[in-house]
Parts: sequence; structure tokens; C-alpha cells
Amino acid sequence: MEIYVCIGSSCHLKGSYDIIQLMKEKIAECNLEDKVTLKATFCLGCCTDGVSIKVDDQIITGVSTENFDEIFKRYVLQEVEA
Amino acid sequence: MMQDHLFDTKVQLLKYKVLRSVAKHAFEGTLDSCYYDIPLEIVPGKEATMRCCIYKERAIVGERIKLAMGGHPENPNIIEVLDIACDECPVSSYMVSDACRGCIAHRCESVCPRGAITFDNHKAHIDDSKCIECGRCASVCPYSAISAHKRPCQIACKIKAIDMDENRKAVINNDKCISCGACAYQCPFGAITDKSFILDAIKLIQGSDGNKKYHVYAAVAPSISSQFSYATLGQVITGLKELGFHDVVEVALGADMVAYKEAEELKEKGFLTSSCCPAFVDYIDKYFPQLRQHVSHNLSPMGEIAKLIKNTDPDSKVVFIGPCTAKKMEIQKDALKPLVDCVLTFEELQALFGAKDLDLTTLEESELDNASYYGRIFARSGGLADAVAQALKEHNVSPEEFALKAISCDGIEACKVALLKASKNALPENFIEGMACIGGCIGGAGCLTHAAKDKTLVDKYGKEAKEKTITDAISVYHI
Repeated sequence: MEIYVCIGSSCHLKGSYDIIQLMKEKIAECNLEDKVTLKATFCLGCCTDGVSIKVDDQIITGVSTENFDEIFKRYVLQEVEA
Repeated sequence: MMQDHLFDTKVQLLKYKVLRSVAKHAFEGTLDSCYYDIPLEIVPGKEATMRCCIYKERAIVGERIKLAMGGHPENPNIIEVLDIACDECPVSSYMVSDACRGCIAHRCESVCPRGAITFDNHKAHIDDSKCIECGRCASVCPYSAISAHKRPCQIACKIKAIDMDENRKAVINNDKCISCGACAYQCPFGAITDKSFILDAIKLIQGSDGNKKYHVYAAVAPSISSQFSYATLGQVITGLKELGFHDVVEVALGADMVAYKEAEELKEKGFLTSSCCPAFVDYIDKYFPQLRQHVSHNLSPMGEIAKLIKNTDPDSKVVFIGPCTAKKMEIQKDALKPLVDCVLTFEELQALFGAKDLDLTTLEESELDNASYYGRIFARSGGLADAVAQALKEHNVSPEEFALKAISCDGIEACKVALLKASKNALPENFIEGMACIGGCIGGAGCLTHAAKDKTLVDKYGKEAKEKTITDAISVYHI
């Protein structure tokens, strides 16, 4: 699985570097280093209220430190385990 | 739009009109059919306003169009002389004016080391064939009647790369030229200009089919903070996206990376010169080859940011947009070829906005924030050295371990002095920040304006950055 976190200006200002940090921690915590590749990407074309990420081909917008755990569980953990 | 106030000079305005027209036809796909109409569009007549007649004006516009379309491929230099536009300014450099009173003292005659001064009818006369342009006569004349009259291009070219041919036309010596563009900005007739690659940029944008086939990125130099002052930076970013760029990225983030790496390299080697300014690097190559080993091995900020973009998006295209003509030479280097696809100047970007009839002042604002304060201040003289000092701190290098003694060389003449000392092991500093243009990149030949307040604008832009340290900004390089 490939996870891209948008580091374009808009997402950067909304905290994409924090999301990258959380991703790294969470991937390590769940021992997913072999299954998940984390990458940065410039604009995903969905500048919204939160940070945009792309999990494989699916774009998820509005990611924040508040909803991160929920998003990680739904789009990463459940998918990897499926 | 208030075209008259966009630029410092009317020469820039003329160049703009040609670039805009070429770009407009290219965007509309009518360049081939309208090629011969452009001179008439720009010089409608009937009265000549710049030259002896409208036909010469149109012929010169014709030459400008060639430069706007990429120039003469047989000339490797990106700075070219438009022969028919060169007004053959007087060559003799020291001249005696009517203020000469034909005094009795004749200090000028006595001080001249070559006996070049004689007196006709009680008035001093300088024999050009003997004069060595030392200027001593001018300095001793009590009436200030002797003054230097050099060609503006030759005054601008501090490295003496411009000569005159037998027809008194300016000729650039490509073996000496470092493509800084100073002559192009200073020639009052606009007879020297940089080759433009706007057509390549337009082709990249159009070929992307609305960024569906591949993404086209605009990598903008931090000196943009001092440009397009009639609009906000946020509006310029929206304008770039309207032109068809997928995203706009700060080259200043590449500068953060350069500062970080340069600090490590400097500590290891003990003495280093910067490698950000392509004209400075070219100057060392051509004039101080013995110092080449001391030039930082880092890519320039342009190279670093393009590398990051292409790492994250391998099929993408990168267009660098900045103040610099020498960058057009830099991207021809093997290390840069796969990274940067095209270089535009701010002048050329303005022409693209004009070609699309984009009035930036009516646009919404977009955000631009990738770099730290330190990456952003690279745009002005002294910024790079400040950033390297900061990077040493962030590497936890104590002053006992390595003490930075930087010299910030503002302009190529200052670079020359420092490099001369370094070549004789007589330079007290251990880091040379070399910037060929006065003021740093904000003084670049491809800028729309070169104003004194520009430095303040760069610092202000620096302080607005979200990331406060270099390490934080470049964390995206280490995912």
C-alpha cells in the first residue's frame, strides 16, 4: 500500500507535516513498515479544510490531528488487514 | 493593466510587448500564420518613436521576435547582441568637455603617463590611440572638464566580456561571459537581450492536456516577493495556476536544503564557496579554475527543489521562474538537465500573464508556503550566509568545533576581490557567499523592477513562513 501525504502549500499550512509525523509513528506502532510506503506529494488538487492524503488511488480530504486515528483505522488498517 | 508602471525602463516594456505577442499567438496556435504581422502590431507607424524610421524599428522588432522564440541556436550563449539594434555608442572613453578653460597649469598633461594629452587652441585634446583610460587626467582637472564616457554595456559588464567589432558594434566574448545579464538590463537601446524559452514553457503546459498527461510545476524563486508589487503574492500564485501550472512550489525549500547540506560540507572541508548563483560558479570556472575544488558540491536551490518534485512525481515537468538569466545556462549542465525542463524570468512570466489577459489584481489569493525564513532570505545578499550560520546551529556544531567566518560578496566585483584573496591564501574568511548581481537575486537581470525597498520585502516574506527552522522545513526530504 502506498500512502501519499500532500505537502502542497495549502495542506502544509493546515498541518501536513504533523500528519506525516503521525503517519510515521502509527505505521511503526502497528508494524506496517513492510506493507505500507509513506510518500510526500505536491498538490492533490483537493485544497479543503484539512490535509489531503492519497491511499493507493483513493484521495481522502480533511485529515487533521483530531480525526487522524479514525482515518488511519478506516483507510489503512482495515484495508491492510482485509 | 498599467503596463507603463510594470517595469523600470521602456526597453523592458518593448521587450515585454514582443514576448507577450509571441506568447499570445503561441497560446492561440497562430504563431506561424501571424509571425510576420507582429512587427506591424508593435510598430504600427506612421511616426517613428525609437529609431530613424518605422522600417528600422520593425526590423529590430523582427530580431526581438527571434530572441523571444529561442534565439540563434548556433550561438551557445543565452545572452545575445541584436546587431541592428546596437546604436554604436561612442567608443572613446575619456573626453574633454567645453568646461576646459585651457588653463596654464596643464595638470592633465603632466599627469598623463602616456603623453596622450596635447593642446589645440588652448584646449586639451586626448589622443585615443595613446590613452590607457587610467583616469588620472580626470581626477586632477580643477574644472572637472574631463570625464569618462564608456558604453553602458561595457560599464555594466564588470568582467570585461564586451568588446567592439570593426563596425563599433558590441560583441560578447562567450569565453568570458557568465550570462549574468547585467548588460542586457543596462543597454539603453535594448540591443542586448536574453534568449527566451517561453515557447517551451507554453508547449509543456499545452502538452500536459490540462495536467492530465503529466503535471507541470512552477518552481518560483524567493525573489518573487519583491516582484509583481501591483498585486499580492497570493494573486500571482493564482495567476500561475490560471496559466495552467498544476502547482506552485517555493524554490526557497530547495534553498533550505542547500543551507543544511552546505553547513555539513563546510564543516568537513573547512573552506567553501557557495554554488547557488550560476554566474558566480561560471566566474570561478572561467577566471579562477584553481579554486574549483572549493565550490560547494551542492546543487543550486533550483536543482534541489526540482529533484524533490521529480522524486515525488517522476513524470512531472518543472519550470523554474526567477530573476536570473544565468539559470538558462545552468539548466544545460548534465546534472540539471533531467531535473529542470525550462527557465523563465519574471519579465517572461509577466508576458505570459499579459498574453492570457490575466489581470492579477482581480484574482483570488492562493497560498504559497513550503520553505523556512532562512530559505526565503536566499533572495538577498547576505541571506545565504545567515542560513548557513543557522544550519550549523541546527547541526549542533559548536563554535569551538567550527567557527563560521562568512563573507557575503554583493555583486561580481566583490566576488572577484574575495576570490583573488582566496587564490593567494590571504582570505581571512572560510565561507564565500558569491552573488553576481548587486543586492543578490533581487537585483537579477530578469526582474521587473530593481528597487531599494526590495530587501525589506524579502525579509518580510521570510518572516511569514510557517516553518521557523531549516530542519523543520526540510523534514519532507526525509520521509
